Amino acid sequence: MKDPSGTADPAPGRPRVVVEDATIGYDRRTISERLSVAIPDGSFTAIIGPNGCGKSTLLRALARVLTPSTGTVLLDGKEIGAYKPKEVARRMGLLPQTSLAPDGIRVADLVARGRAPYQNLIHQWRPSDEAAVVAALAATRLTELSGRLVDELSGGQRQRVWVAMLLAQDTPIMLLDEPTTFLDIAHQYELMELLRTFHDEGKTVVCVLHDLNQAARYADHLIVMRDGRIITAGAPHDVITAELVEDVFGLRALVTPDPVTGTPSVIPLDPRTAAVRPVEPDDDPHGEPALPRRHEKENIR
Amino acid sequence: MNKESVAFGYRTRTLRFRWGSGRVGVRLLTVSAVLFLTAVVLATVSLTYGDYPLTLQQVFATLTGGEQGFERTIVVKWRLPIAIAAVVFGALLGIGGAIFQSLTRNPLGSPDVIGFDSGSFTAVVLAIIVVGTNSYWWLAFAAIAGGLVTAFAVYVLSYRRGIQGFRMIIIGIAVSAMLVSVNHYLISRAEIKDAMTVGLWKAGTISRVTWPPMIPALAVAALIVVAAALLAPAMRRLELGDDAAVTLGTRSGPVRLGLIVAGVSTVAVVTAAAGPISFIALAAPQLARRLTRSAGESLLASAGMGAALLAGAHLLSLYIAQLYRPVPVGLITVCLGGGYMIWLLLREARQRYGLVR
Repeated sequence: MKDPSGTADPAPGRPRVVVEDATIGYDRRTISERLSVAIPDGSFTAIIGPNGCGKSTLLRALARVLTPSTGTVLLDGKEIGAYKPKEVARRMGLLPQTSLAPDGIRVADLVARGRAPYQNLIHQWRPSDEAAVVAALAATRLTELSGRLVDELSGGQRQRVWVAMLLAQDTPIMLLDEPTTFLDIAHQYELMELLRTFHDEGKTVVCVLHDLNQAARYADHLIVMRDGRIITAGAPHDVITAELVEDVFGLRALVTPDPVTGTPSVIPLDPRTAAVRPVEPDDDPHGEPALPRRHEKENIR
Repeated sequence: MNKESVAFGYRTRTLRFRWGSGRVGVRLLTVSAVLFLTAVVLATVSLTYGDYPLTLQQVFATLTGGEQGFERTIVVKWRLPIAIAAVVFGALLGIGGAIFQSLTRNPLGSPDVIGFDSGSFTAVVLAIIVVGTNSYWWLAFAAIAGGLVTAFAVYVLSYRRGIQGFRMIIIGIAVSAMLVSVNHYLISRAEIKDAMTVGLWKAGTISRVTWPPMIPALAVAALIVVAAALLAPAMRRLELGDDAAVTLGTRSGPVRLGLIVAGVSTVAVVTAAAGPISFIALAAPQLARRLTRSAGESLLASAGMGAALLAGAHLLSLYIAQLYRPVPVGLITVCLGGGYMIWLLLREARQRYGLVR
């Protein structure tokens, strides 16, 4: 059962999540000043930028964890702080960078905690809660593990449990803070594929990501940040360029279409050689071993 | 496996009514019921002990109104408030311990370790020595105020962009040590009579509890239990971390404040009526967790375990009194709890650092 407020039509022509002129920070430290950004409805948005650029801070402000000192975060046209907490929680969920599982909790119990926004003192476990948990476990392939202790799971499985909890929250907008950071490469892609299925089902997915290639491959909208400011935003094809990567990350890189998906992919240059052309084995018709790249530099020049 | 229902990995009962719904762990409920029953049985048996020994039959006869006269005075007027105190105070301490262990996410984070009962005690000593009062209401007020002020000080001192459980425990232990030295100073300056009162009170005994202070204590206890029950779901969400709790629709600040006030109140009510009774709050939630195999600290099972522990310690103190001489129940819980604490610290050290085998 969906909460009626979760499917309410936002003001026409205006995205559901809008940040207007917001100054965000911690205690006395300002991270972002007068930030304005909108999350396109139904998009798979990735927020990228170097460490400490304010990506997570922006995400936490979107999720109402941080309150901007000036400016506003609007959800469906209304200031997010003006909602009842559970009302926000039925429209928007967040997977924080670090979450803590209580000692001795089992998978299904943890996933079931995602239902909190729908529960109250007398209604603690409705059929809709059970159905949402069943669906979330199935979607994350955890049904078989539902009775296991979370502590006993592998890192990849555990992250799936947290995603399942977010999924059980059944929100049209999902925010995820570096969901792939501690996973090995196979589990990273497994998780990104999972997020893509959520997006395909019509959810708005907003993800802080470190891996530019992943961001370009899965997101249809990128927000690029540096020093608390938004440098640019748009489709990966338009946004990811060699100049931008050098500008924002201070990394000289080659941007070339991903041979698998055709999305932009970033390959760092070797700072010692500054080679700008990939070494292709086909370059060498005589079957001799490819020259070390240090010599390549002279060949190019 | 039924596709429409969740396999939780343990036996649960789903309750569905037109007016409400819920889900309970069968083991958690059973264990809690057994613990409360044990507490009541131990407390009932304790009614037979004393300078004027009674049989269980006599006790039952008196309680059901069959026996009158002197037995009735002994059982209903003198011993019953003490037996009730053992069960209710034990349950309160269990709840207070569970609340703070959940807030600090650490089995060491109980109110007696992080100094709230030292704070209550300091305020009570001040009330006895400086104000010169001995009335329950003054002492209760002082105990609650002292506990809250200490809790607030520990909270503020350990606040750095949020509360981290371990920092709160370390600072609590330090504040507690400072308060203990203040207590010693106050007592050393006091008149002999006041120092005696404080000294007796400090051992923590429920054997001097009478009806007049018990009735307000029971009323406050009922309030605390209701508040804790109302805050319990939000407490479960705070265990996931503040960010997760907020995004699940929790007002983390007010909820945490409410939990701190409720947790401190449990200790303060007990301290006001009986003096400091240590280690029940520390041990009960963890022992209960091992029995129930629940996730995190269950308030219900911790209350049951606390009640059973204090009723048991009370009975033990009565038994020792027969063989030897009266030993305050607070000293017994300290002795038993000390052993538990050593075991807990060794286990923590082994798990965290692999230091001790």
